[in-house]
Amino acid sequence: MNATDTFYSISMGVMDWIHLFLHFCELSILAIGGAISAAPDMHRYLVVENHLLNEAQFSSSITLAQIAPGPNVLFVSLMGWNIGLNSAGGIQAGWVAWSWGLFGAVICLTAIMLPSSVMMYKVAQWGHKNKHLPGVRAFKAGLAPIVIGLMIATGWLLQKGQHLDSSLLSLGASWSLTIISALLVWKTRIHLLWLLALGAVLGGMGVF
Amino acid sequence: MEDLSYLLVIFQNSVNFNMSNTTDQPIHIPNHNIEDNPCEKPGPKSRMDLFLSFSILALQGFGGVLAVVQRELVEKKKWLTNEEFVEQWSVAQILPGPNVVNLGVMIGQRTFGASGALFAVAGLITFPLFILLIIAALYTGVSDQEWIQSSLKGMNSVVSGLIIATALKLASALSKNQLGTFLGMLIAALSFSAVALLHVPLLFVLVVLGSTSCITAYRKTLRFDELEKDKNKKSQVSREHKS
Repeated sequence: MNATDTFYSISMGVMDWIHLFLHFCELSILAIGGAISAAPDMHRYLVVENHLLNEAQFSSSITLAQIAPGPNVLFVSLMGWNIGLNSAGGIQAGWVAWSWGLFGAVICLTAIMLPSSVMMYKVAQWGHKNKHLPGVRAFKAGLAPIVIGLMIATGWLLQKGQHLDSSLLSLGASWSLTIISALLVWKTRIHLLWLLALGAVLGGMGVF
Repeated sequence: MEDLSYLLVIFQNSVNFNMSNTTDQPIHIPNHNIEDNPCEKPGPKSRMDLFLSFSILALQGFGGVLAVVQRELVEKKKWLTNEEFVEQWSVAQILPGPNVVNLGVMIGQRTFGASGALFAVAGLITFPLFILLIIAALYTGVSDQEWIQSSLKGMNSVVSGLIIATALKLASALSKNQLGTFLGMLIAALSFSAVALLHVPLLFVLVVLGSTSCITAYRKTLRFDELEKDKNKKSQVSREHKS
């Protein structure tokens, strides 16, 4: 695929950037269960309504952030990066485009993290001061089993989500890999990167 | 002499307490006792330590950081116990915003206040952001290539295994929960089935199951506190008797 296909030119004024910043601030407060839960709304705002990104850029932002190490929320910075590039007329603009990309990444990432982090900070402060209250202890104790259940559900759904059109054989191979890596991490101290590398290699060889 | 007998009573109390736990009494010492003596527990030595530790774990997090956080902070560095981790993770998850960033804010706040939170989050973000932007700049369109997609599939299978394993490890923390192991496991199983099998919306699960679970825990906490008070009174009486 040619690079020029994935970029298009948009013009971003100061007000557009401010709107973008505020919209991501809003999503930050609404995104319960992580930034990815706000992805559908980001799609609506960025692709459908304001045409800041095209479909390919939107979905590649999410995929590329998954390939790279780091918290999932970084996919938001790639959206900002692409908006910046588009506003400079595409990556052909060279250093100008790169600086706008960086600017966009910082704007979006700051907006998605700042409001929720301030809120978290206040709650952590209050909770730490009042950790002896029966209510606070009960709240934490009561949520613990739910969160454990949700965590297993996350793993389960992540595994299931990738098999919309796979054969029975690849389904079996993929589940075996999941079960084996779960057992290894649970019972041994093997480094997680080995397992991830194994998954990447097996996947790249076309096992799944 | 008086001091010694007092110690003895405390010791006996703690022994009794442990014994009652091995029977079917599902009540436990809340772990804030440990937090009251921070010198006994390893923690981040400095803000730079926070920054670097979070950088190291973020750089290992392919496809999500959750499993790595548990490995690094609980098993390797021992900054948190499994119980503390699951408690903090549940708060981080229930509040809006990126979960791992929330967790960084919480751990940073607890040790060095606002600047601690800032250093922890900066650690999580800085290097991965740098790497990600370099990848994005160099390989436009790389994510469309088929081998990337299929390796990603393989990594996804591993990541879901890692997340499930982390949950299984954290389930051991339920034995120290006020709810008790059995009730804890039951609630965990219910929340898993609701979300994974029945596709109930998360908010609904949190409101219905969450409030039931928290109210039950609240009752047990109150009962536990009363038992503790009685015990203290008794020990005081026995102390006065002896002296």
